Amino acid sequence: MNVHVQGCAIGVEPSPTHPVRRENGQREVFCGLTGIVWLHRKIQDAFFLVVGSRTCAHLIQSAAGVMIFAEPRFATAIMEEKDLAGLTDANDELDRIVTQLITRRPDIRLLFLVGSCPSEVIKLDLSRAALRLSRDFSPRVRILNYSGSGIETTFTQGEDACLASLVPALPPLGTSEDQLLIVGSLADVVEDQFVRLFEALGIGPVRFLPPRNSTDLPAVGPNTKFLLSQPFLADTARALEERGATRLAAPFPLGVEGTTGWLRAAADAFGVEDTTFVTVTQPYRNRAARALGPYREKLTGRSIFLFPDSQLEIPLARFLSRELSMQLVEVGTPYLHRDHLAEELRLLPGNIPLTEGQDVDLQLDRCRAARPDLVVCGLGLANPLEAEGITTKWSIELVFTPIQGYEQAADLAELFARPLVRRMKLVP
Amino acid sequence: MTMQLTVWTYEGPPHVGAMRVATGMQGLHYVLHAPQGDTYADLLFTMIERRDRRPPVTYTTFSARDLGGDTAELFKTAARNAYQRFQPQAMIVGASCTGSLIQDDPGGLARALELPIPVVTVDLPAYQRKENWGAAETFYQLVRALAGPSAPPPGTKRPARSAGVRPRCNLLGATALGFRHRDDVAEITGLLSLLGIDVNVTAPMGGTPADLKRLGDADFNVVLYPEIAGLAASWLQRTFGQPSTRSIPIGVSATREFIAEVANLAGVDPTAVLAECSTRLPWYSRSVDSTYLTGKRVFIFGDATHVVAAARIASDELGFKVVGLGTYSREFGREIREAAKRYDVEPLISDDYLEVEAKVAELQPELVLGTQMERHIAKRLGIPCAVISAPVHVQDFPARYAPQMGFEGANVIFDTWVHPLMMGLEEHLLAMFRDDFEFADGAMPSHLGAGHAEPAGEAPVTLSGPASAPAFVSSGIAVVWAADAERELRKIPFFVRGKARRNTERFANENGVATITIETLYDAKAHFAR
Repeated sequence: MNVHVQGCAIGVEPSPTHPVRRENGQREVFCGLTGIVWLHRKIQDAFFLVVGSRTCAHLIQSAAGVMIFAEPRFATAIMEEKDLAGLTDANDELDRIVTQLITRRPDIRLLFLVGSCPSEVIKLDLSRAALRLSRDFSPRVRILNYSGSGIETTFTQGEDACLASLVPALPPLGTSEDQLLIVGSLADVVEDQFVRLFEALGIGPVRFLPPRNSTDLPAVGPNTKFLLSQPFLADTARALEERGATRLAAPFPLGVEGTTGWLRAAADAFGVEDTTFVTVTQPYRNRAARALGPYREKLTGRSIFLFPDSQLEIPLARFLSRELSMQLVEVGTPYLHRDHLAEELRLLPGNIPLTEGQDVDLQLDRCRAARPDLVVCGLGLANPLEAEGITTKWSIELVFTPIQGYEQAADLAELFARPLVRRMKLVP
Repeated sequence: MTMQLTVWTYEGPPHVGAMRVATGMQGLHYVLHAPQGDTYADLLFTMIERRDRRPPVTYTTFSARDLGGDTAELFKTAARNAYQRFQPQAMIVGASCTGSLIQDDPGGLARALELPIPVVTVDLPAYQRKENWGAAETFYQLVRALAGPSAPPPGTKRPARSAGVRPRCNLLGATALGFRHRDDVAEITGLLSLLGIDVNVTAPMGGTPADLKRLGDADFNVVLYPEIAGLAASWLQRTFGQPSTRSIPIGVSATREFIAEVANLAGVDPTAVLAECSTRLPWYSRSVDSTYLTGKRVFIFGDATHVVAAARIASDELGFKVVGLGTYSREFGREIREAAKRYDVEPLISDDYLEVEAKVAELQPELVLGTQMERHIAKRLGIPCAVISAPVHVQDFPARYAPQMGFEGANVIFDTWVHPLMMGLEEHLLAMFRDDFEFADGAMPSHLGAGHAEPAGEAPVTLSGPASAPAFVSSGIAVVWAADAERELRKIPFFVRGKARRNTERFANENGVATITIETLYDAKAHFAR
C-alpha cells in the first residue's frame, strides 16, 4: 500500500460529505478537568486550582491513577455547604485559599483558577476573582481562569479552554517576519523532533503554545502563522485569530501521512521549495514507513470501532484506515469541528459511519452487533467489553503517550497492535 | 473557614458510596442526575476492582445547553430508558453534587413515572458528607424501603426460633470497592457455617432487592463494616428486634471474641470451633525469629474499624509499639479517641493528606499501616508500609484469597505486615551499629531488592519536617583505613556497611585515631552497640 502523499493535493477538492449520526444520550466521557493531569506536567511553573466539589478532586485523582508527587501542582478548593448557601462569601474564601497556596508554593509563577460544574452552576465569577487576585500577586504570579467543567467541556476541551485563556496574556509579536507557532501540548521529545525538522526546512525559530515555562510565553500577532498539533483547539484557534494570527489548514501529525501533510502546510506557507521539502522529509518518511511495516501486517483488514473520547478519533481513523489498512466500523467523536478537520475528512473513506455525541447504551448495542476485532474506548467500558470477548484499547493512553510525528508513528501503531497480540498469545 | 484546599482525598463524594452499594448488589439500578464527566466513577469499579461489567448506573450527563432547557425531562427519559433496558428489581435515584444544585427532585420525577418496581430516593448532601456516609445512608434507605413493609407492628416480641431450625443471620456491610470485602465475606460465611449458623442474606455485596425484603427472617445481624452497615443494622434492631454483633473479627483475639458473640446470639456452643480453629499467627509471633518484631514503632491510619483492629493486633499479637493512630472518618472519631487512650498516643482525626504526611515524618515510625495514601507517604519517606484499609488501589484486589477477617485473615495479616520489614538476622546485624533514625532512612530489607533502597526522588514537602539532623559531624581530621580493616569492613553485609564505615570513622575522629585498624573497627562496634 502506498501511503505517501508526495505533492499532497490537500485543500483543492471540496470535502466529500460524510453522513454524521448525532446522538444525545448518556456520554461516557471525562470532563475538561482531566486535562490538568497532562497540562501541569507541560507548563512546569503553573498551578491548577480547581474551584469545585469533592467529586472534582476525586475525578482528577482517579484519572491520574497514581499519586506520584508528594505535592502535585494541582489541587481542589472544595466548596462546602456554607459557600453555596451564601453564608460565607465564596470570594473571600477563595482569596484566603489562593493566598495560602501562593505562600506555600513560592515556585509557582502562573496560577489557573479552574471552574467546575458546581462553580458554573452557582455562577461563581472566576474571571473577576482572577483579576482581583492578579492585582495582589502580580507581577510575581500571573492568575488566569478557565472552565474545565463537564457542562462546558468534554475531556480534551479542557486543554482548549486553558490555552484559550493564555492567549490574551501572550505578548504582541514585534517582528515583520512571519513566525510559526505550534499550538497544542506535545511531549517534549516530540517538540524537539519537530524543531529539528523545521530547522532543516529553514523555518524558524518555531514557538510553542503552551510553553514549558510560563515566563516564556510566545508572542503573537498578524505575522503569526499557526499549526494546530491537536484537533480539539477550537476556542484557542479563534482567540489566536482574533489576535491577527492565521491558522494553517492541515491534517494532524499522526502517522507518516498526517505528519507529512502537517509539515507541508507549514512549508508551503513559509515558501519552502518542494525539492527541499522532499529532501528533508523523505529519509524520515522512509524510516517511519519501515517501522510501521510489521504493525501493518498485524493490523491489515482488522475491524476497529472507536468510541468518542478525545476528539483524536478522526485523525486516528484516517491513520488506521490509510496507513494500516484497518476497517473502520464506526468512528465516534464527542464533537466534530468540520473546519479544523476538513483536511482529515477529505482523506477519510467516504462511507465511514461517523457519530458525533453519544448514547452509550445504543453505541454499545451497535458495537456488540458488529463484533469488531478491536474497540477503542474509555476505562469505564474496557474491562466489561473484554469480559464479553471483545478486544479493547484504552483511549486515554492515546492522550498520555507521545504519538505525533514520524518517529512515533510506529509507537502509535503498536498501541493498537498490542491488545490483538495479547489476545492471540493468551490461551483461550 | 469553609472552603477546603485539598490535594488528595481519602473519600469520594457520597454518591460514589451509593454506587458502591448499587454495584455490589444485583438486580438494582441507580439513576443519577449528574453532569457530563461524572461517569469517571465507573472506572473505579472496572479498573481498580477489575469488574467484568459496568456499574449499574445511568447518568443523565447533562451539559450547559441542557441547563437552559428541561433537565427534569432529561432525568425522566434516562430513568424510563434505564428501567426498560435493565429491567431491575428496584431502582435508586438521586443526584451528584452538581445535580443537586439544579434542584430537579429526582425522587418526585421518578415517582411520576409510576414504574412497576420500588424506587428509592437517596438524598445525599454532597457538600457536607462523603463516600462512606453515602454508602451507609444508601444501604439504610434501601433496607428501610424494601424490608420495611414486612416489619411487625412496633413492640412485637421476636418469636423464639423453633426447635431443630438452624440459626440464621444476615451478613451486612460488604460493598463493591471495599478493602478485601470479597474475601472477608467468604471467610466469615465459612466460620459461621462451622458454628452451625446459616447466612440468610449477604448485603449489599451479592444481595438483590428481593433479598433485602427478607432481611427480617434472620435471628440476628453480623455487622462486618460498621461504617457502611451500622445505620441499617440499628434500624433492623429497632424494627425487627434483631440484635447485631459488635466485635469485628480482625485479628486472633477479636475473631475468638466474635465467635463467642455470635454463638451467644445464635444459641450454639462455640467450644469445638474455638478449640479447632487455628491460625499460625500466635506461634509465628512467639517463634524466635519474631524477636525482631518486638517494640517496632508503628503508625496506623485508615478507616476507624480497620485502624482499631490493626492497633490491637499490632500491640497485643505482634508486640509492636503503637506510636500514633488516626482516621479520616470524622463520624468515627470517638472510637479512634478511645483506642488512642489505650495506647497513650494522640489521635489524628483528619482527612488532610498533608497533615498525615507531616505526622508520619514527625513520628518516624519503623512501619506504617495505612491506606494507599499512606503507602505513598511511606514510600517517599523510605519507611516500610502495609495497606490495611480503603482507599484502595488495583493491588488491593489480589488474585489470591486474602481476607483480613477470621483466622485465615490473621495469617494474611502476619505475612503482609512482616514482609516489608527486616528479616530477623538482618535486624541483629543492624543493631551492632545502631543509630535508628538514619537506619530507617538508608537501609531497606535486602529481600525487597535494590528498588527499595532509597526514598522516591521527588522530596516530600512537609509542614513540619523531622527536626532531627544527622548526628554525624565531621571534625575535619582525615582518617585512613588500613588495608586489613578495609577488608574486614567488606565482610559486613552491604546494607549495614555504610553505617559501619561512618560510625567507625566518627569513632576514630573523636578518639584521635589517624589510621583505622581492625581493632578500631571492633572498638567502634563495641562503642556504638550500647
